[in-house]
Amino acid sequence: MTTPLLEMKNISIRFGGIKAVDNVSISLMPGEVVGLLGHNGAGKSTLIKILAGAYKADEGEIFVDGKKVEINNPRDARAQNIETIYQTLALADNLDAASNLFLGRELTTPFGLVDDAKMEAESRKIMARLNPNFNRFSEPVRSLSGGQRQSVAIARAVYFNARILIMDEPTAALGVHETAMVADLIKQLKAQGLGIFLISHDTREMMELCDRVSVMKNGQLIGTERVEDVTEDDILSMIIMGKNPKREAA
Amino acid sequence: MTDSTQSTGATPAQGDKNLFQSLELDMRLLGMIGAFVIIAIGFSIATGGNFLTPRNIFNLTVQTVSVAIMATGMVFVIVTRNIDLSVGALLAVCSAVVAIVQVRLLPGTFGLEIGSPWIAPLAVLSGLLVGTLIGVFNGVLIGYQAIPAFIVTLGGFLVWRYAGWFLTGGQTIAPLDSNFILLGGAEGTLGEFWSWVIGILASVAAVWAVYSARRNRINHNFPTKPLWAEFTVGGIFVVAILGFVATLNAYAVPAGKLRRLFEARGEVMPEGFSQGHGLPISVLILVAVAIVMTVVARKTRLGRYIFATGGNPDAAELSGINTRLLTVKVFAIMGFLCGLSAVVAQARLQAHTTDIGTLDELRVIAAAVIGGTALSGGAGTIYGAILGALIMQSLTSGMGMVGVDSPLQNIVVGAVLVFAVWIDIVYRRKTGDI
Repeated sequence: MTTPLLEMKNISIRFGGIKAVDNVSISLMPGEVVGLLGHNGAGKSTLIKILAGAYKADEGEIFVDGKKVEINNPRDARAQNIETIYQTLALADNLDAASNLFLGRELTTPFGLVDDAKMEAESRKIMARLNPNFNRFSEPVRSLSGGQRQSVAIARAVYFNARILIMDEPTAALGVHETAMVADLIKQLKAQGLGIFLISHDTREMMELCDRVSVMKNGQLIGTERVEDVTEDDILSMIIMGKNPKREAA
Repeated sequence: MTDSTQSTGATPAQGDKNLFQSLELDMRLLGMIGAFVIIAIGFSIATGGNFLTPRNIFNLTVQTVSVAIMATGMVFVIVTRNIDLSVGALLAVCSAVVAIVQVRLLPGTFGLEIGSPWIAPLAVLSGLLVGTLIGVFNGVLIGYQAIPAFIVTLGGFLVWRYAGWFLTGGQTIAPLDSNFILLGGAEGTLGEFWSWVIGILASVAAVWAVYSARRNRINHNFPTKPLWAEFTVGGIFVVAILGFVATLNAYAVPAGKLRRLFEARGEVMPEGFSQGHGLPISVLILVAVAIVMTVVARKTRLGRYIFATGGNPDAAELSGINTRLLTVKVFAIMGFLCGLSAVVAQARLQAHTTDIGTLDELRVIAAAVIGGTALSGGAGTIYGAILGALIMQSLTSGMGMVGVDSPLQNIVVGAVLVFAVWIDIVYRRKTGDI
C-alpha cells in the first residue's frame, strides 16, 4: 500500500466548552479528491483550517508523505505545499489581481523591491490558462465579479505548485458556466497528481467530482466511503441522521 | 471625440473624462490641488497679493514640514486600521531629549566643546532613537497585547507629553547648537546655485521615472498611455519643480543678515550684493521622507503588506503575513518620523518648549484624512497626506494674514476637516470606490 500524501490523525479542537472537531482522522492519496460533507457547524471548515494553519489543534497529528509535520500558522502550511481556497475568498479587496496572487510571496527585483511588472506578466500567463477571458489586471479585485475573484483565488493556489489543495465551497458564489469551469479545473489538477479536499453542500456535485467522501456531524466523523459504494441517499442520511446505513446493515 | 455623434447627450463630459483617463491622473489628487489653488487665490485676493509672495510661500513651506513628515507616517497607521493620537506628545518628548542632549549632556556631562560639529548629529540621532523605541513600544502593546491603538495612544497622549515636561522640569531650553538650527528652515537654506542644481537633478529624475515606467510596460507588452500624455505629465513635473525652486530663490536674504555673514568672515559686502534663500534644508528632508515613504508604500513587501492588511486583515493573516509584527513596524516608523519632526520643529523655533507640538496629533490626522486616507483602512497616499498638510497650513496661515481671530481660525479648520471628508465620502459613493 502506498503512503498517503496526507494523514490527519485523531484531531481535536475545542472552542470554549464545545468540541468543534472531536477525534477525527482523514487521509488523502496523490491524485485523489476527498469530499467533506456535513451541515453548517459540523466542523468541516474548522478541520481544514487546522490543516491550513489558521487554527492550531489541541490534539492530534498531521503527516505529509508519512512524515510528521508541525503546522502552527499559515506559513508552515505553505511550506508543506498546502494551499487553501477559502469560502470567504481571502483576497485583499483594495489590491489588484497580481498583488493578491503573490500576496505573502512577492517576486522581487535584485534590489529587493517588489517587481510589479514581472508579477503582472506571470499573472497574465496563469490567468490565460485558467480563465482566458480575464483581462482586468490593473483594477482592485473588489470591482471584479464573483467568478473572476474566484479565478484569482484559484490561480494563487495553482501558481505555487500546491501538492495538497483545500477548496472550501469553491463554487458557492458562482454561476453555472463558472461552476463548470471550476469542475474542469479540479479534474485537471487531480490528473496532475494533486490531492484535493473539497468542501461543498452540493451532494450531487460531490458524487461527480470526489473519489471518497467523509461525512461529519457535531464535530465527529460519521464515516468515510468510496463514492461508488454508496448512493446519494446513503450520504444524505449520514449527513442528516449521523448514521452510516451501510455499516448498520452489515 | 469623432465617434461622439453616435452616443447621445454625453459628449462634453465624455471628452473631459477621456482627457483625464489618458493622463491617468488621480481624480482625488486633482480635487486636492484644485482646493489648494482656490484657497491660495482666495487669500491672495483678500490680502492684496501678500499671500502668494515668495516670502510667504517660503514661510508656508517651512511651517508645513513638521506636520507633513508625521502625516506620511500616519498614512501607514490609518491604512492598517489603527490611529495614533500621541504623535504631538511623542514629538514633545523627543524634542525634550534632543534639547537636553545638545544643550546639557554633550557640552556638560561629556565635555564636548560648544559648537563642536558632533553635537548636532548626535542630538538628531538621540531624537530618532527615542521616537523609534517609543513607537516599537506602542506597536507591541497594540499588535501583540491587542490593546486598541486608540487607547494606547490616548494614554500616550498624556504620558509622553508630560514625560517630556518631567525631563526638562518644564523649562524652555535654548539657545540651541548653531549647526542644529540649520535644520529648521529659514536659517538653513541652500542658496540660489545649489537650489538650481537640485531642481534640475530632480527634474531629470522625474522625466527619467516617467520614461522608465513606460519602457517597462512596453517590455512586458502591457497597454501604455498615449505618448502626448506621458509628455504632459513629465512637463507638469518639470514646471512644478523648477517653478518652486525659482520662487524660493526669489525670496532674498535680508541685506542686514548678509552683511553680518560677510563681517563674520572678515570681509566687506560688495555694493548691490543680493542672495536668494533657495531651498530650505528642512524641505529637502521632507522631500527625502516623501520619496522613501512612497517607495516603501508602493515598491516594498512591507508596503504591500500594510495595504493588504488594511484591505482585509484576515486575508493578510491567511496569506502568511505576520500582522502583529507588521503593526510594530508601522508604529516604529511613526515614532521615527515623530523624532525627525521634533528635530525640524525645534530647530525652526530655535528652542525646546514644553508645549511644542501641541494639537499636532489633530493636524497630522486631519492632513492624512484630507489627503484621502480612508479611516476604514486600505487606502491612502503619501503625496495626498503632504498636500493635506499644506492645505491645513495654508488655511491657518492665510486666515492669520487676513486677520481672522484665533478662535474663529480653529472653528474654520475643524469645519473644513469635516467638510473635506464629507466630499470624499460623496465622491467615493458616486464612483463606487470604497
